[in-house]
Amino acid sequence: MDFFDRFAVPHPSIAIYASMAAIGLTIIAVIAGLTYFKKWGYLWREWLTTVDHKRIGIMYLLSALLMLFRGGVDAIMMRAQLAVPDNTLLDAQHYNEIFTTHGIVMILFMAMPFIMFFMNFVVPLQIGARDVAFPRLNALSFWLFFMGAMLFNISFVVGGSPDAGWTSYFPLAGNEFSESVGTNYYMIAIQIAGIGTLMTGINFITTILKMRAPGMTLMKMPMFTWSALIANVIIVFAFPVLAVLLAMGTLDRQFGTHFFTMDNGGMDMLWANIFWVWGHPEVYILILPAFGIYSEIISTFARRNLYGYKSMVGSMVIISLLSFLVWAHHFFTMGQGALTNSIFSITTMAIAVPTGVKIFNWLLTLRKGKIVFTTPMLYSMHFIPLFTLGGVTGVMLAMSAADYQYHNTMFLVAHFHNVIIPGVVYAMLAGLHYYWPKMFGFMLNEKIGKRTVWLLSIGFILAFMPMYASGLDGQARRMYTYSEAAGFGLMNMISFVGAAIMAIGFVLIVYNIYFSTRYESRDISNDPWDARTLEWSTHTPVPEYNFAILPDVESNEALWDAKKNGHVLFKGDYEKIHMPNNSGIPFIMSCIFFVWGFSFIFSLWIPVIVTTLGIFGCMALRSFEQDHGRYISVKEIEETETNLRGA
Amino acid sequence: MSQLFPAKQVLGFVFSLLLTTVALTVYFLDMSFTAGMTILLVTAFIQAGLQLVVFMHAGETKDKGAIYTNVFYGLIIALVTVFGTLLAMIWDM
Ligand code: HEM
Ligand SMILES: [Cu+2]
Repeated sequence: MDFFDRFAVPHPSIAIYASMAAIGLTIIAVIAGLTYFKKWGYLWREWLTTVDHKRIGIMYLLSALLMLFRGGVDAIMMRAQLAVPDNTLLDAQHYNEIFTTHGIVMILFMAMPFIMFFMNFVVPLQIGARDVAFPRLNALSFWLFFMGAMLFNISFVVGGSPDAGWTSYFPLAGNEFSESVGTNYYMIAIQIAGIGTLMTGINFITTILKMRAPGMTLMKMPMFTWSALIANVIIVFAFPVLAVLLAMGTLDRQFGTHFFTMDNGGMDMLWANIFWVWGHPEVYILILPAFGIYSEIISTFARRNLYGYKSMVGSMVIISLLSFLVWAHHFFTMGQGALTNSIFSITTMAIAVPTGVKIFNWLLTLRKGKIVFTTPMLYSMHFIPLFTLGGVTGVMLAMSAADYQYHNTMFLVAHFHNVIIPGVVYAMLAGLHYYWPKMFGFMLNEKIGKRTVWLLSIGFILAFMPMYASGLDGQARRMYTYSEAAGFGLMNMISFVGAAIMAIGFVLIVYNIYFSTRYESRDISNDPWDARTLEWSTHTPVPEYNFAILPDVESNEALWDAKKNGHVLFKGDYEKIHMPNNSGIPFIMSCIFFVWGFSFIFSLWIPVIVTTLGIFGCMALRSFEQDHGRYISVKEIEETETNLRGA
Repeated sequence: MSQLFPAKQVLGFVFSLLLTTVALTVYFLDMSFTAGMTILLVTAFIQAGLQLVVFMHAGETKDKGAIYTNVFYGLIIALVTVFGTLLAMIWDM
């Protein structure tokens, strides 16, 4: 029995047993459903083995939405626990586990795949390409991310969740203070997902640099593609740092090294340092594509070209460099001298400048525009003031002397939610509404959509503004309760109400998807928003080869040129199209990675060795495989095209 | 004949062996920490550059510009990270 003891949850509760049962039942239901409807073949052929960037994108989207709900449930539980003083809904251990998993799930398994979804679905279409540069690698990226996320998510029913915060600072995260395997899950699951992300970075840089349509020079790329390029450059330089950091953490926890220990020459603060060398660029990896989405949406619905294209690009390039120069602002209070803190204060404030430039560009785009208030536009209009508020409080935090007051209080929590929710999450939701018709051939309901935006914003303001105040009053973050005498009760109750309103907003989004699937018209054009860029110039649904003829581009608004200035996008005749073959290897290899990770977490070395061989075996198989892809004949293209045009 | 004999690569190989030998002296000779570190850093950077240019053909295609931009960008970030860390963790503690 000893062997199985390690898989038990160290701090069990009814909620955890209920989740176990729920997970078990869901798995059984899914397997039974697939078998009953005979969908296994379909699933394997069309999804598990696909290398099509659009389908991979949609799988990223589904995972992100799933994780949004997992993280959202965590959030609601935390707010409920804090709603009244001396609450006993959750105990301290549970609260620790929940804020830890909430942070990781939201940043790495919700926001990251959400931007991966946009990059996958939109970038190839926007640059007039037929797929990404390395389609099979792209599938591997997705499956690695997915397996990493799933591995992380089983932690709370097998072996125990990590509980040292999403930043997992040592010495708390070391063996001495975190005995359970929870933190091993952190190290290994994020490592696996991170490898996938790094490969995506390489893949998309290559795609954007090498596969643009004829005539599309760098300065004629749509703004979202630019933001994706810069974000991927940051990924390629930041994610190796994370990989090394997690490997060092694993060595410390499982192999007795002393990188981050307090004795034997270790340096616990080094973890915080390297973590933020990756961590700060990471927040820009999230926000830049979000900015790109807003740029597309604002220029489409202001019905004019984006103001200051060059300064937009310039500020993103500057941000990409500056984002690597500010990391120490996350630990101003760790004990380094005034010199270091002053340097990092200044670089941090400097990064607010290019961010401000972008805000002004959007405002000036709006100034002479004829604004159409659709749901995506409404999200963008709520984004500008709310995000600016978050940026301003960021500059407050950037003043190192003042940060001694704010650091590790609810004020900080309010700041980063204030930039991440209106900045990143709204962009994701706006983009979801915007690209939905291109993916699924019908629009999401506008009336429900707009109500959701208002609900989310009201909920957001109620939930997070009080935190600025209670933080300044001294409420520390990551504390599972407070006494009545502290006087934080009212503020936290308001926060809870706000969080509940936001939860209703998210439920409305699901309802909207359900409602629109049933009732919205399927009779929409290829370009329902009257947009300006190439992704709207192909058919809906998008054929697997994206464009029958590669488009010809003369400006960053090729479709607009074609609609208003008589520019001809598609010249010449159909030619046969070369497409990559599907492959099961990425999926199988990632499954092996899952078992590898699980065995590693529990230090089961024999399965680790076997699966390591399996992983290398998959790579060897790929190296010796002869796969030259396949051709779609002109006849097939003609058929597809007439079908799509007729519909 | 001159096209068949890869003079550049052979010389590069000899030079990289030489750099390795110089680096090894740090272990065998008794020198101060600073002197040893300086020799290691200098030889390591030259070695890395040599590998990139001679054996990984960094400057030989029309992607030269992109490759060198990438290398320099990486170098700047690496140096900033290392020196920033030294500053925050050691020098200014
Ligand atoms: C105007 C630009 C910004 C400035 C000047 C700024 C400044 C800061 C500072 C100084 C801190 C550390 C405070 C402390 O720990 O006491 C911080 C924390 C944080 N910021 Fe920002 N920030 C900015 C924009 C952003 C953006 C755009 C995002 C994300 C999309 C973001 C996400 C975060 C997160 C996640 C944390 C804290 C994480 C943690 O400790 O768990 N910030 N910010
Ligand atoms: Cu930061």
